[in-house]
Amino acid sequence: MNAALAIIALATLGALALGLAARRGVRMTLEQWTVAGRGFGGLLVFLLTAGEIYTTFTFLGGSGWAYGRGAPTFYILAYGSLAYFMSYWLLPPIWRYAKRERLLSQPHFFAHKYESPWLGVLVAAVGVVALAPYLVLQFQGLGIIVSVASYGAISPTLAIWIGAATVTIYVMISGMHGVAWNAAVKDALILAVVVFLGVYLPLHYYGGFGAMFRAIDVAKPGFLAFKPTGQSVLWFQSTVLLTALGFFMWPHAFSAVLTSKREQSFRRNAALLPLYQLILLFAFFCGFAAIAQVPGLSGAQADQALLRLSIQTFDPWFVGVIGAAGVMTALVPGSIILISAATLLANDVLRPLRPELPDAAVGAAARALVPLIALLAIYFAIEGGQTLVALLLMGYAFVTQLFPALLYSLLPRNPMTKFGAAAGIVVGVAVVAFVTETKIGFAEMLPFLPARVGDVNVGFAALILNVVAAALVSLATRPAAIAAASLSSR
Amino acid sequence: MATLRWLAALPFLGILIGTAFVNQVEPLVLGMPFVLAWIVGWVVVGAAAMAIIYAFDPANAAAGDEADGERR
Repeated sequence: MNAALAIIALATLGALALGLAARRGVRMTLEQWTVAGRGFGGLLVFLLTAGEIYTTFTFLGGSGWAYGRGAPTFYILAYGSLAYFMSYWLLPPIWRYAKRERLLSQPHFFAHKYESPWLGVLVAAVGVVALAPYLVLQFQGLGIIVSVASYGAISPTLAIWIGAATVTIYVMISGMHGVAWNAAVKDALILAVVVFLGVYLPLHYYGGFGAMFRAIDVAKPGFLAFKPTGQSVLWFQSTVLLTALGFFMWPHAFSAVLTSKREQSFRRNAALLPLYQLILLFAFFCGFAAIAQVPGLSGAQADQALLRLSIQTFDPWFVGVIGAAGVMTALVPGSIILISAATLLANDVLRPLRPELPDAAVGAAARALVPLIALLAIYFAIEGGQTLVALLLMGYAFVTQLFPALLYSLLPRNPMTKFGAAAGIVVGVAVVAFVTETKIGFAEMLPFLPARVGDVNVGFAALILNVVAAALVSLATRPAAIAAASLSSR
Repeated sequence: MATLRWLAALPFLGILIGTAFVNQVEPLVLGMPFVLAWIVGWVVVGAAAMAIIYAFDPANAAAGDEADGERR
């Protein structure tokens, strides 16, 4: 066993121990397990809502896209910030309503607002479908980190199994309490590692940031700006808007919001989290630094750029520290996603179908589902094949379809009916699924539009169709319209 | 407060619309390609705008007292 592997193994055991220790003194009801009894203060809520920023997605995916695609990776910096600015007004009303009605989850929220348990089941199903690629992404990242940082001693497949088992065990036992302190450790570790690498690598190999970017610009003209077609400025605009709207539609982001004790935490974080987000720049710098130093990684291999360059640059023990930080960025979000998916299925699909079940049985079902969901994600992660960013964008395209119905539900007098909300969500998700499956772009589907329209993010176009469907069906099913129809038929 | 709220629109305009006009590498700003520096700049401006909005929002002042009460 080399030094790198020993350090990574130690970090994994540490995470497990911390996760299990967090259980002490807590009676684990479902509310404790999934939103930690709504008792977290400002710092933990900050870390949990910031959890999105430093997942394996940004660590490996952000640097991987900088390496493989160049400028398009900048979207990652933009969308989170815009989402946090919006959160100032979006999150407090959601939190207040959820607290008053003692809601545990996002489908719960929709079901209550629209007074339709079936809408809740639909929202839960969309949530699980969107979470799947997100969980796969974390496991896939885990496989990359451990196999590369162990210098090939552990295969990606074995790494995925070990990591998934760790998450599964502590999630089943400690739930959200287990995640919280690991989230704090993870953020401190990844912050130090990414900032160090992002400063050290460009200085070491190029003598400075400007020199590095000039060298890239000479070697690959056009790489550092958006392309005229394909991933153009229009792609950037539509993707940033889509993903910013979808940011808080993730079931686990919703749960993170519900863990808060006070609503002004969100308003303060709206100013702080965008700055925190800037640390992402250093992940980009790592990817850019790798371009000339570890050339030839293509396709999904680009996600290895940061780690390959680290191996080439540092001693094994420090590669181990980087690997340990990387493992934490996959374990923590992975466990949050697992808790969310299991809660969705038990509390928001099973409970409405079998209302007579006691709370304890639903809680037990949620925990029993954890290993099943993990197994499914392990399967897809081992199959692999897509870059981490592509996986996340797919999840985003799904989950953003919930945004219109949520936004309307916050209005004092909501013009959207439950049928309208359901129709919009179904249409949006169907379009995303169709386009993802057939890989047909908008240029082919709508040939009469100018060619540039093909650059628009597919999820964004689905969102527009979603709103149109929701509006039409809402008009047809308004209480007034139904009353009029029943009068005329009499 | 109501007028201050419009400050929050600035980063949206800068990032979503402005980026179309600055899609270029030169001049480098703080060593970064211009379009990247542009996005970073709006993130910082946006954060400052939110801090101002937060400071003048009466909802936070009231809530702050409550938090103090808890601490005591």
